[in-house]
Amino acid sequence: MRWFRNKDTLYGFLVLLPSLVLLGVFVYGFILQTFLTSLTDWGRDPTQALSANPQINLIGFENYRELFTGFVDARFRQDLVNTFFFTLFFILGCIGLGLGLAIALDRAPRGEGFFRTVFLFPMSLSFIVTGTIWRWMLQPEGGVNQLPTLVGLPKGTFAWLTSRDQVWRFSWNDLPFFTGLTVGLVLLLVAIAAFRAGERKRGLMASVSAGVLFLWAFTLGRALKPLPYDELHGFNLAFIGIILAAVWQMSGYTMALYLAGLRGIPEELREAARVDGATEWQLYRHVILPMLAPITLSAVIILGHISLKIFDLVFAMAGADNAPTDVPALLMYLTTFRANQIAKGAAIGMVLLVMVALVIVPYLYRQLKGEVRR
Amino acid sequence: MRNWLLSLVLLLGSLGMAQSGKLEIFSWWAGDEGPALQALIDLYKRRYPNVEVINATVTGGAGVNARAVLKTRMLGGDPPDSFQVHAGQELIGTWVVADRMEDLTPLFRQEGWLDKFPKGLIELISYKGKIYSVPVNIHRSNVMWYIPAKLREWGVQPPKTWAEFLTVCRTLKGKGLEAPLALGENWTQQHLWESVALGVLGAADYANLWTGKLRFTDPKAVAVWNTFGQVLDCANKDAAGLSWQQAVDRMLEGKAAFNIMGDWAAGYMTTTKGLKPGQDFGWAPAPSTAGVFMMLSDSFGLPKGVKNRTNTINWLRLLGSKEGQDTFNPLKGSIAARTDSDPSKYNAYLQSAMRDWRTNRIVGSLVHGAVAPESFMSQFGTVMEIYLSSRNAQAAANAAQAIANQVRLGQ
Amino acid sequence: MIGRALQYTFLLLATLFFLLPVYLVVVTAFKEPSAISLSTTWQLPDRWYWESFAQAWNAFLPKLQNSFFLTVTATLLSAVLGSLNGYVLAKWRFPGANIVFPLMLFGMFIPYQAVLIPLFQFVRDIGLGGSLWGLILVHVVYGLPITTLIFRNYYAEIPDELVEAARIDGAGFFGIYRRIVLPLSLPGFVVVIIWQFTQIWNEFLFAVTLVSSPANQPITVALAQLAGGEAVKWNLPMAGALLAALPTLLVYIFLGRYFIRGLLAGSVKG
Repeated sequence: MRWFRNKDTLYGFLVLLPSLVLLGVFVYGFILQTFLTSLTDWGRDPTQALSANPQINLIGFENYRELFTGFVDARFRQDLVNTFFFTLFFILGCIGLGLGLAIALDRAPRGEGFFRTVFLFPMSLSFIVTGTIWRWMLQPEGGVNQLPTLVGLPKGTFAWLTSRDQVWRFSWNDLPFFTGLTVGLVLLLVAIAAFRAGERKRGLMASVSAGVLFLWAFTLGRALKPLPYDELHGFNLAFIGIILAAVWQMSGYTMALYLAGLRGIPEELREAARVDGATEWQLYRHVILPMLAPITLSAVIILGHISLKIFDLVFAMAGADNAPTDVPALLMYLTTFRANQIAKGAAIGMVLLVMVALVIVPYLYRQLKGEVRR
Repeated sequence: MRNWLLSLVLLLGSLGMAQSGKLEIFSWWAGDEGPALQALIDLYKRRYPNVEVINATVTGGAGVNARAVLKTRMLGGDPPDSFQVHAGQELIGTWVVADRMEDLTPLFRQEGWLDKFPKGLIELISYKGKIYSVPVNIHRSNVMWYIPAKLREWGVQPPKTWAEFLTVCRTLKGKGLEAPLALGENWTQQHLWESVALGVLGAADYANLWTGKLRFTDPKAVAVWNTFGQVLDCANKDAAGLSWQQAVDRMLEGKAAFNIMGDWAAGYMTTTKGLKPGQDFGWAPAPSTAGVFMMLSDSFGLPKGVKNRTNTINWLRLLGSKEGQDTFNPLKGSIAARTDSDPSKYNAYLQSAMRDWRTNRIVGSLVHGAVAPESFMSQFGTVMEIYLSSRNAQAAANAAQAIANQVRLGQ
Repeated sequence: MIGRALQYTFLLLATLFFLLPVYLVVVTAFKEPSAISLSTTWQLPDRWYWESFAQAWNAFLPKLQNSFFLTVTATLLSAVLGSLNGYVLAKWRFPGANIVFPLMLFGMFIPYQAVLIPLFQFVRDIGLGGSLWGLILVHVVYGLPITTLIFRNYYAEIPDELVEAARIDGAGFFGIYRRIVLPLSLPGFVVVIIWQFTQIWNEFLFAVTLVSSPANQPITVALAQLAGGEAVKWNLPMAGALLAALPTLLVYIFLGRYFIRGLLAGSVKG
């Protein structure tokens, strides 16, 4: 549609304007304000923390420094580690189960509608409802732990939500090293892919960057120690229960995505592969799964941003005080509204925003770039 | 400033003007503690039948959930007419210093309460010479509960010191009792810590922690964590999943020998469980704390800018009255904050608590808001976390001191 | 044949995984409080006990009413605004639209913790602190990106020729919307309304921070407080969970097709 400087386009703009202003204020304005708040000492002085007209001072990036290298904020750092592992296993679980269900349903079983309804219904529930239900399921002396007794086995003893066991422990001081290593490896893979695709220039760029990162990781990265002592973090086993509940709720979503994708693959393509003598396994491995790759990307992004933000599920399942299952979103709430450390709460909010933006912005860019050319 | 206005309102109120409208009371007294509050509300309704009382409770022991909700309401400009707050720093260091509460000194004067409440308690609810809340009750934090019959069965005595406690613990473990100490969720662990701290440090040094005279990093204070760790090894591993009542239940079921909990546990055992104090269950001061009464007190204040001010003042007047306190406390399982209450209305445990309250040395509780402001108290959970995950006493002590510096504890 | 057997085994196991919690909820909700014990969790109740539902209903009725009022108002407002926005973006592209649209979309992905503190102050300062209207405003605004997105993608399917023809007939901006776009919008509205309804009904963070007075509480907050309390008898939270889940569950069961469309629209491309 062409646009002219005519009345109708003006109307269009005017109709859109209120929404733009509202979102401008509520999203960007408030983010800016949160950022500014995070640079202050609001909450450090108890006489000002809850005052009607608080006197607050700028203190630069002190709150961030404390969060990442301060003595007291070990809990925040463990929360970041928790989020990382939670996100990882939550996405793997949803993709694995969702894909499995989608393939099983795509092969036209009897009662397909019933199965689909069953697998998707948790999606319509609130995280609070899911959390309440699973809290009961995972009581240490009951629920899931009692299941084995139904078939005559001894009951389970795992303390689902309160276990303090930690595996894969590492020192916070090793984080720069590991980060450099991981990013370097990813770049190396990019480089290999680029060379294979014949894009020499890109491949060269990527491999050089990877090399620099490796060099940095093994020299400066090793020497860079955020803390003067070793602080161990790891995967809290108490999260297994949360992951279980989250996968229960969200794997229907990936199933729906994959099912839509599978239904979009023309039958002729499958027939052609079968005629070529491909087994069912080969058909999926070489024809269908590659075609589902963009869907996987979408699913990873959407699930990833949900899991980075996860708040209500943990709140309802384990309560706000259960440190083994703490996440940054919950800590932000507690820091702000219980400990009155408002500026630090703002800083945690900003860290969350940056994590989500790192995932979402490139995705939005990719998704919309194609459309704009249209 | 507004004192003359308050006096005027008090005067009008005492003239017995028919009051109507609403009164919203915010507390965390739900469940087992609900009947005591309800009795007070009923009493209020008899006096002011036209006032609609809204009982806003947020469940969660020791007010862990309620405090966050209260904050959003106060900050959001929607204060409840009166809210439950622990006497001491939880009131002063959080709300009074932020200028959110009205001065209640005129009410105390007019009602003649100044010599009806213990002087130390009035100091706890005062800031710069003004009084800011009406205390309803006194609870004791450092109590160890047990079942006499069970202890006889196991052949052990209630330990008098923490060293004895650890010995008894080993004995009981030897007899197959997996976890001699019953422990519950997060805040009950901190509750245990304060009893250990009091026992290890003694009353004077314990009090010095909160005035800044004794640093958390002092070797004496670090030692608290070591003892605490040994005591924790006597406790159940699934503690974090249990409410305080469920922890008490563990002891009642004989799965544990001891439970260290405030004396609301006595209320729970007598009222909800129908047990007889002294026979069905016994008590002793937490080890090494005999002769010291670690107190906490629930109180109600008057936030600035409430909707139903007169009704609220009438509510406060009822709370501070002898009748109000003697209605509430026997049900709640606490003793009256007033010194002139009627002992015959209280059960065996509470009568013993009254005696101790009068004769013991008094110190304030950390977890229950008496000695440290909320900003310290709620971050103390982090300290506990550092200890529980690392079992490193020095690290926990350092973290505690860092937080104390950050919130300017004792300054 | 082995493939088939495997397929059905997998489906049945998955069904078990998805339905076990439901079984447990129902069974627990129908037990007498005294009959609930951890070791008999999985057994059917000896006697079906309806009282918990009556209790939960009494306790939750005002909260359910709050939730309904909040959800319906916010859903309708955000749907109407989304429809207008989508119409503009799909049919009246103006310069800068390609920049404005992604900036709008970003708003639906942000962690709300990053805006919570100023938002809280803003809602208080405009005098809506603690009221349901404040919450409605917030849900309408943060619902705009998704409703706009769904409508924009939906209206993109309406052939430009139709719009062009109407213009030649002399219809203006609003005329085209009323005569061409709106009559075709019903399925779009259904998708958006269902989506927003479930989202707002289920939302918790805003509800717990912006509306804390019990009189205005939505159901999710009430349920979280009931279940998070101490020494809970589990029959009540379970009955409450069923009540809280019922509206969105019914929507899903009867309008599942549209629900899934909304779900898929959430991944940006329709």
